[in-house]
Amino acid sequence: MAVNVRIPTILRTYTGGQAEVAAEGATLAEVIADLEKNHTGIAARVLDDQGKLRRFVNVYVNDDDVRFEQGLETATPDGAGVSIIPAVAGG
Amino acid sequence: MAVQTVAPAAADNAAPAVDLGPASGLSCRECGEVFALGPIFACELCFGPLEVAYDLPAGDPEELRKRIEAGPANIWRYAPLLPVPADVAEKPNLNPGWTPLVKADNLAREIGVAPGRLFVKDDSGNPTHSFKDRVVAQAIEAARAFGFTTLSCSSTGNLAGAVGAAAARAGFRSCVFIPHDLEQGKVVMAGVYGGDLVAIEGNYDDVNRFCSELIGDPLGEGWGFVNVNLRPYYGEGSKTLAYEICEQLGWVIPDQLVIPIASGSQLTKIDKGLQELIKLGLVEDKPYKIFGAQAEGCSPVSAAFKAGHDVVRPQKPNTIAKSLAIGNPADGPYVLDIARRTGGAVEDVNDEQIVDAIKLLARTEGVFAETAGGVTVGVTRKLVEAGVIDPNLTTVVLNTGDGLKTLDAVADSSQATATIRPSLDAFRDAGLAH
Repeated sequence: MAVNVRIPTILRTYTGGQAEVAAEGATLAEVIADLEKNHTGIAARVLDDQGKLRRFVNVYVNDDDVRFEQGLETATPDGAGVSIIPAVAGG
Repeated sequence: MAVQTVAPAAADNAAPAVDLGPASGLSCRECGEVFALGPIFACELCFGPLEVAYDLPAGDPEELRKRIEAGPANIWRYAPLLPVPADVAEKPNLNPGWTPLVKADNLAREIGVAPGRLFVKDDSGNPTHSFKDRVVAQAIEAARAFGFTTLSCSSTGNLAGAVGAAAARAGFRSCVFIPHDLEQGKVVMAGVYGGDLVAIEGNYDDVNRFCSELIGDPLGEGWGFVNVNLRPYYGEGSKTLAYEICEQLGWVIPDQLVIPIASGSQLTKIDKGLQELIKLGLVEDKPYKIFGAQAEGCSPVSAAFKAGHDVVRPQKPNTIAKSLAIGNPADGPYVLDIARRTGGAVEDVNDEQIVDAIKLLARTEGVFAETAGGVTVGVTRKLVEAGVIDPNLTTVVLNTGDGLKTLDAVADSSQATATIRPSLDAFRDAGLAH
């Protein structure tokens, strides 16, 4: 499945400054693994040492927060938009 | 703006490029990485929240106390402890703070607290009638320092008004974002200041997400979002609640504090403020307990506390306490840490209990609280009844906003006692002449 991933400012050093990149994968975990192939080091910024999403990262597949879905196993259908966003905002 | 990472060792010697008084840099609360002062809010290594680090004034605490006491009757009396330039009081700002600490003996009697032990920190008297004026005042100074010309925010209502007003006074353009279903009063209070007010089709968490994305887009270039890219500075404004409470109690830390939780930022910064006062020797180091208060209809932190979790599972909010309706609270994990570290707790009350508590506070102390104040008073009552809050120790309950902001909450139950003809007979017949 081909998806578009929106990259937050603090991760754009890994994507050559690009705010949006293409990636492949049927689940969020596969998408992140594919991102890592093309943008080495990015996975370790998003995932902790246990391979779980870091607690201050919000990830949305289309408009759905993956924490309300299946986390890293959330399906990423063809053409989906994936957004990675720092959680430390608001209030 | 590119993020500049500086090694911790170098940070001691690196002169900040901007004048924010004693602020020396930013550090990640999660992993400790240090960054130069700038409009950044999340750690590039772990996404953790960045906080302002200081070179706090060293020296005789008594001298500092006197200097503070001689300062203006607003938050700038604490300028030596805040990320603001020394001449902050001369700049156009709303100058919030130094609000009353109400000795609430009538309320204490009603809920079973010992006389002289219960206080309400009433922030409804700030310029735009909520505590948000404190945090926005800090953010304005950071926005000035970083050269922003537009001020923005994601808001549940109170912040939108605070930003609109402060921007108007300080000469910034403002463009604020709110959920489309806010209370009408808050919409009016945010829109009246002449800035742009944009209603987003979604809840607060949707608004917040939108703003976070806008910051990373050229469309948001040059904008200072007070609670996103200026959040580290903005958050420091809540420390002034801790400073004021302790000073108003005679430079003493209260035994127990009851604080509302939306994003959790306020609670964590009050704790930070108390720790700073101890470190500076301005107050005696003594134990205190912090209790977080949520509405049942948006209680992700309370649920996590009760379940023993250290991660907060987001919720879809459904409560009349809209100013607390953040289902995905950024500082939730730290609230849990603080409640547990201090021996406190996190509790919630339902909408009916919130309304009852608003009326109870109004009836006993003449303080008309917004729904968030109903939450803190309601939770205080609940925790006293449960034996969790000690009724014989000093307790400070926060009321963070004015009841005029959430009139709908009590409109149905606050009607005329009687409608009569203008005659003495009618008055007598109504049974009110006692």
